[in-house]
Amino acid sequence: MAKVFIPALLHTFTRNVSQIDVEGNNVRTVINNLDMEFPGIKSKLVEGHQIKPSISVAVDGNITPMGLLEEVGEQSEVHFLPAISGG
Amino acid sequence: MTNIKDPKKYEVIGTRPLRPDGTDKVTGRAIYGGDFEMTGLIHGKIFRSPHPHARIKSINYDKALELEGVIAVVTADDLPVNPVGNIAIGYSRGNILAKDKVLYVGHAIAGVAATDPHIAEEALNLIEVDYELLSAAMNVEEAMDSSSQRIHENSFMKEFGEMTTTNNNIDEHFQHKMGNVDKGFDNADLIVEGKYSTVMVHQGYIEPQAATALWRADGSLTVWNSTQGSFPDRDELSNILDIPISKIKVVPLEIGGGFGGKIPIYQEPVAALLSKKAGKPVKIIMSRKEVFESTGPTPGGYTWVKIGVKNDGKITAMQSELAFEAGAYPGSPVGMGSLCVFAAYKCDNQLVDGYDVIVNKPKTAAYRAPGSPNAAFATEQVIDEISQKLGIDPIDFRMMNAISEGDRRVDGPKFPVNGLKQVLESMKNSPQYQKKLEGPNKGRGIAVGYWFNVGLQSSCSITVNTDGSVNLIEGSTDIGGSRASIAMQAAETLEIAYESVNPSIVDTSTVGYTAVTGGSRTTFSTGYAAHLAAEDVRDQMIKRASEIWGVSNDSVVYSKGQFSSNADPELNMSFKKLASQLEKTGGSIAGNGSINPKKVGGSFSGSICDLEIDPDTGKSTILDFTAIQDAGKAIHPSYVEGQMQGGSAQGIGWALNEEYFYDQNGIMNNSSLLDYRMPTSLDLPDINTIIVEVPDPSHPYGVRGVGEANIVPPTPAIANAMKRATGKRFYNLPMNPPAVISKLNQDS
Amino acid sequence: MSKKVHVQTKINGEDVEFLCEPRQSLLECLRDVIGMTGTKEGCNDGNCGACTVILEGRTVTSCLVLGVEVDGKELTTIEGIADGDKLHPIQTAFLENAALQCGICTPGFIIATKSLLDHNPDPSEYEIRWWLANNLCRCTGYDKIVRAVQDSAKKIKAQAGG
Repeated sequence: MAKVFIPALLHTFTRNVSQIDVEGNNVRTVINNLDMEFPGIKSKLVEGHQIKPSISVAVDGNITPMGLLEEVGEQSEVHFLPAISGG
Repeated sequence: MTNIKDPKKYEVIGTRPLRPDGTDKVTGRAIYGGDFEMTGLIHGKIFRSPHPHARIKSINYDKALELEGVIAVVTADDLPVNPVGNIAIGYSRGNILAKDKVLYVGHAIAGVAATDPHIAEEALNLIEVDYELLSAAMNVEEAMDSSSQRIHENSFMKEFGEMTTTNNNIDEHFQHKMGNVDKGFDNADLIVEGKYSTVMVHQGYIEPQAATALWRADGSLTVWNSTQGSFPDRDELSNILDIPISKIKVVPLEIGGGFGGKIPIYQEPVAALLSKKAGKPVKIIMSRKEVFESTGPTPGGYTWVKIGVKNDGKITAMQSELAFEAGAYPGSPVGMGSLCVFAAYKCDNQLVDGYDVIVNKPKTAAYRAPGSPNAAFATEQVIDEISQKLGIDPIDFRMMNAISEGDRRVDGPKFPVNGLKQVLESMKNSPQYQKKLEGPNKGRGIAVGYWFNVGLQSSCSITVNTDGSVNLIEGSTDIGGSRASIAMQAAETLEIAYESVNPSIVDTSTVGYTAVTGGSRTTFSTGYAAHLAAEDVRDQMIKRASEIWGVSNDSVVYSKGQFSSNADPELNMSFKKLASQLEKTGGSIAGNGSINPKKVGGSFSGSICDLEIDPDTGKSTILDFTAIQDAGKAIHPSYVEGQMQGGSAQGIGWALNEEYFYDQNGIMNNSSLLDYRMPTSLDLPDINTIIVEVPDPSHPYGVRGVGEANIVPPTPAIANAMKRATGKRFYNLPMNPPAVISKLNQDS
Repeated sequence: MSKKVHVQTKINGEDVEFLCEPRQSLLECLRDVIGMTGTKEGCNDGNCGACTVILEGRTVTSCLVLGVEVDGKELTTIEGIADGDKLHPIQTAFLENAALQCGICTPGFIIATKSLLDHNPDPSEYEIRWWLANNLCRCTGYDKIVRAVQDSAKKIKAQAGG
């Protein structure tokens, strides 16, 4: 079961649940299962077949360039973060 | 992950060889953007808005076209039509050439190409534009006020990508939450809060933007420019001009400073459109005034911070609100500021709200750890205030509350292995901190800073020459000596001399995708790709040796530049010897390495500043300054020191003098290097450096990018020194002489 | 466009002649008319020092000198500092001390350093910083530049056998 952290601005959508264990061995499956728990949350994270461009996914603290395809382990943490860069 | 070699056995890494591009740079032979020449070149200049906010009613450039020597004029009408509903492309194209509205003084409206740059400049005076003036919002408070003019009328505040119904010049609201700040504050024995404001400043690179574009009859486009990223430039040109990337080649020239400001493109698409119309290559170089007014400075705005602690110094709650100027289009670094604001501190109860605010100023761009210095100016002063009130040494206070590996950042992810505590230790034990500072009007301040660093894509190729040297082909433009540190990593992996590696920085047609030189990623990611390419070459050479010797591949060993075989102790050959035999034993060898690292460690840094103020003039003199930073492993220590010293100098300028000074008409009054006051050699002392090395296990040599975190702590360290020198806390930047005098007079 | 003026000058010891309009700065003439792009433009109003050259023994910002003004005069630019294929001790010192990062200000600093050491072969740190205050560098914070100048002074003395 991966531990999914709900972004602060979506807490009102998830009845103030900030963390939830979700089944899934990749990010896509995790999001699909998350959507079963909180219907509609998928559309806030996914556009077409990709993570929305304004959002990054971090698995175990590492921002993945693979988006929905990134593998998620049994004890993994999944965070959804605003996309960022640098100078 | 590949094994990290024992650092004690490094032959090349950690040494200080001469950079390979050095001779050209000290003789004036290196070709920068403005130096580029080609046959038939004509010159472009850009017509820009004199108003901060206005509707464009009409543009007439007939008279400009009639001027002898003028060859072409372009406006937004020459750009592709924006697809309905695609706001992002509208913004990108809008900043290149304004359509319908101008949103800041300096906003590009038209481009002119002529046989001579002076004629092009004269032609600008012949362009007639009819404006309907609109009221302008020149800072975040004005912009967020409900009565102020909406700058993007149809745009609403977004939260996590979703549009809300709030229309108030705030483009986006970020929020991060951990635990319960209300409970945390209830538990506190002492709460300190403060609102700290900064103003817009510029990266200040000495070389203005320069680009040449050639749009050929076959529809292909080549751009030669000074850039921090030729591949992202190619992507952006494709996006803006709506032509496929296969038709575009970007050739990076040497670059005279960037610091994030040369990541966006500005005049390249205009030069391309002019070239298309003129059928000739067009070169556009920005003037210094254009650099200030029409590129991408870093925002001003405010950071409000509230921190609660127990009497023993343990932090119980941290809360922040940040509002940064995006400029005319969305995209301030407030999101990044939001995750950096409390990064150094372990606290289970945190709440951060960040607002990206549209104002009638140039669209902001990245400036060295964007957003983090603005946030640190606040946090590090509130922490200083608290440590003073509790009577705890400021370094000890930070040590008590420092994050460790496994603690969470406010946006959620756990910190990996990091060097914060080692940075704090080094600060405490530094010669400067150990020395007493005595006398009136003097003060010592310290601060720490953080940057997360990025990975992103890099690709390298290495080919073996018959004399045992290798060519290293890479795509990271070299702003600070990275060519050398990347070559050093290849040399270390290949176990050959540094001088045997010939690095070349090539264009977008010649090497695999390589992301920007920025984000503190270059030595890390491109170095990693070079290492992988070197491993590939080594493995192919091992195979070739096994074939030449007729032994199994597994029996061949490569060590310290020598191939040998376990199958027969007589078999022995140097890298150089094998290289000379490649041609006749199957052909030359070339290796590749590409990476898009998933794991990247960040960098913590510290500043210690001793200063003295003159209470009569308000002038500050920096008496002593030390920069401390975790470099993971310093590949070329001189260039790591250089980054630390450069970032410190910029931070000092930011703290003491630099500002965009606007008048009541929204016009910048100090867009020259005389009045936009950057530090000179006389303004700075020697800048001491202490490199801390806590290796990043996600890199074969433990590298951490160091380009950025060093600009984060100087401004608050200086503010903290000012507090001790003057007894007053500074809530605004810059802390220039008038500000100091005003504070001193603001007595009791 | 006004009639071009014929200018005859000596640059780095060699006779050079060119045609320019009266409004063209020396910087523009060097870079665009003669094609000597070693001297750089940073601001075009005398405030960054990237365009520093030595004119009749004095350092000047060439953006504030007109091309026509150098008729009959002698100039030294960065292209004239090395001796054929041998770098000048100042150039070597800048490289060895890692006194450049992006390198755009470096030609100006090397010219200013040459001028300093020609006038004052043994400057104090304060004198170095004072002399170089018209040359802006945004990359290095000046620390390694100052050390390179100190090292240059030593190298020049050693070369002269002193």
